[in-house]
Amino acid sequence: MIKEVFITETNCITPIGFDVAANIKNIVNGVSGIQLHQNESLMKAPFYASIIDSEQLDKAFAKITSADNYTKLEKMMILALHPIIANSKLDLNTKTAFVLSTTKGNITALENPSEENIQKAHLHQLAKTIADFFGFKTEPVVVSNACVSGILAVSVAKRLIQSEMYDNIFVVAGDVISEFVLSGFNSFQAMSDLPCKPYSKNRTGVTLGEASAAVLVTSNKENAKMKIIGDGSINDANHISGPSRTGEGLFRSIQSALAEAKINPNQIDYISAHGTATSFNDEMETIAFNRIGLQNVPLNSLKGFYGHTLGASGLLETVIGIQSVLESKLFVSLGFDELGVSQPLNIIEKNEEKMINYFLKTASGFGGCNTAVLFEKVK
Amino acid sequence: MEALKQELKEKIIAVLNLEDINLEDINDNDPLFGDGLGLDSIDALELIVMLDKDYGIKLVDPKEGKTIFKSIETMAAYISANRTK
Amino acid sequence: MIENKTYIKSFCTIQNNEIILNGETIFKTEPTLFADFSKKAFRNFEIDYPKFFKMDNLSKLAFLGAELLLKNEIDNTKENNIALVFSNSSSSLDTDVKYQKSISDKDNYFPSPAVFVYTLPNICLGEISIRHQLRSENSFFIFEDFNPAFMKNYANVLLETKKAEKVLCGWVEYFGEEYQAFLYLVASEGNTEHRKETLEILYNKHSWKH
Repeated sequence: MIKEVFITETNCITPIGFDVAANIKNIVNGVSGIQLHQNESLMKAPFYASIIDSEQLDKAFAKITSADNYTKLEKMMILALHPIIANSKLDLNTKTAFVLSTTKGNITALENPSEENIQKAHLHQLAKTIADFFGFKTEPVVVSNACVSGILAVSVAKRLIQSEMYDNIFVVAGDVISEFVLSGFNSFQAMSDLPCKPYSKNRTGVTLGEASAAVLVTSNKENAKMKIIGDGSINDANHISGPSRTGEGLFRSIQSALAEAKINPNQIDYISAHGTATSFNDEMETIAFNRIGLQNVPLNSLKGFYGHTLGASGLLETVIGIQSVLESKLFVSLGFDELGVSQPLNIIEKNEEKMINYFLKTASGFGGCNTAVLFEKVK
Repeated sequence: MEALKQELKEKIIAVLNLEDINLEDINDNDPLFGDGLGLDSIDALELIVMLDKDYGIKLVDPKEGKTIFKSIETMAAYISANRTK
Repeated sequence: MIENKTYIKSFCTIQNNEIILNGETIFKTEPTLFADFSKKAFRNFEIDYPKFFKMDNLSKLAFLGAELLLKNEIDNTKENNIALVFSNSSSSLDTDVKYQKSISDKDNYFPSPAVFVYTLPNICLGEISIRHQLRSENSFFIFEDFNPAFMKNYANVLLETKKAEKVLCGWVEYFGEEYQAFLYLVASEGNTEHRKETLEILYNKHSWKH
């Protein structure tokens, strides 16, 4: 009998709030974290991005510890995890794991490439720093799989619990804005001059963002918010930076999740999609969703509120999605104006009430990766 | 123009890591993308960087790349007309 | 979860200018840089895939190992549900350092998209997927050292839940000319039992760390 797996705690640290409630309040009021920034050490020209105020972050961090030799990313991750570890009252023993999702970790350490900084840039070192802060006894697991990492980490945690290797797994995800990533996306001509417009006719690319999020994944049903009922992470096998024109990998990932969950596509009540607002990604998703028959399911991309937060995005957007389910609310797909993809989608154009039982989270990323995870509301 | 075309062939082979292609393999009017040399979207982006780095040409609209990079011939013509280096 | 037995069908190691397949050295060069070693290996195995030369070192390393283990596994007439579960210690740092260098001189500032795309460790999985047309489960993990307990569990759960028919597992580490690849194919049949202890033995036998 395969174990059931649940999410019982959630939290996030973003430019629009240092807890879930603050984030939801701003989302309901249409307040985005995306702003115009002028910072020549990050980019020569002014640029739109969603960036956490460092002063506010430090203030919040000082409330939980006087230690100060942590990077911005580490503070974000510790702050995300801190309340959920406390609330869980769990003993961090050998059956409690720690999974960290990030694409670039402390990449800014490479700006001064000393031996020490190169060590700091190692992702397992980042994980160890966070694990040691809380006293985890198990070897940290780092998921670094491009922009699906945040939601893949949830899937990995579920699979580890099903394998009975662990009973409880704290998952944290995070990435920070850096010159490294800004310049890279720029070299791909993938950055928008204006705040991103997912699925829209005049979309011109991504707006980057930074955030962290954390959840507790467990086999214990008590206090469970959501049940994780299916997952899939299938590669397109098409191109290392361009998505499959037939949405093959995403299509199969969703199929795999549906088959495992034993539900039909028409039972899905809400989709939190990837929607980066690049020409290719949004089009690919549309094709995949139509192939499965999901074109009428209310769908949003949260990147209009947070920008593309890379390794954090999958988990952050799941946390907000879970809140949608718990509050029976659909949130607007901010930034969307006129449909600009070749097939229909039911984009959420304004906040509305809806009973949600089954919720699908999808993500896609460089390397042809895709992840789909299905959640069921716990009654 | 001949010297520029030779130079472009050399650069393309080097910059795009076309290990098994020789200068003689690239004809001036062969399509660079699709069936010809089989270059892809990342190669196109690299060529845009090369235009800037080596010839001082900043492409305002990357979509222009499609016509400019059609062949060695079209590339050489465009660079001759617009180079600032 | 009731576990059906799983087996290691084949394995290979690539390090110190040498490639060992199922315990036997099948290719070796005099000490040389990885770029040279990998090119010689590529030519030696007569691999017809020009895109190899666009890859960064991590992807070349992963690609070569996968090529050897998948050569006789892939059936071109059908779908091959072979999952890819790879891991390493340095992520894509070797290429990250290279990319950072390309943006550190503000007077010679030309960020390269071809380099940037490889600043993610999972790209090597994409390269393998494309080469062998594998539309299968993919994930890349980072650990301080090869983690046989984790890898064993994760590969097994993919097989047990039928998310994959076989799993190509790997520890593919590359940083600054220090490289080590240990790849192995897990399936429901084979000669060697797929256990944490077996993995440790196979890994340690050829590890340059010991």
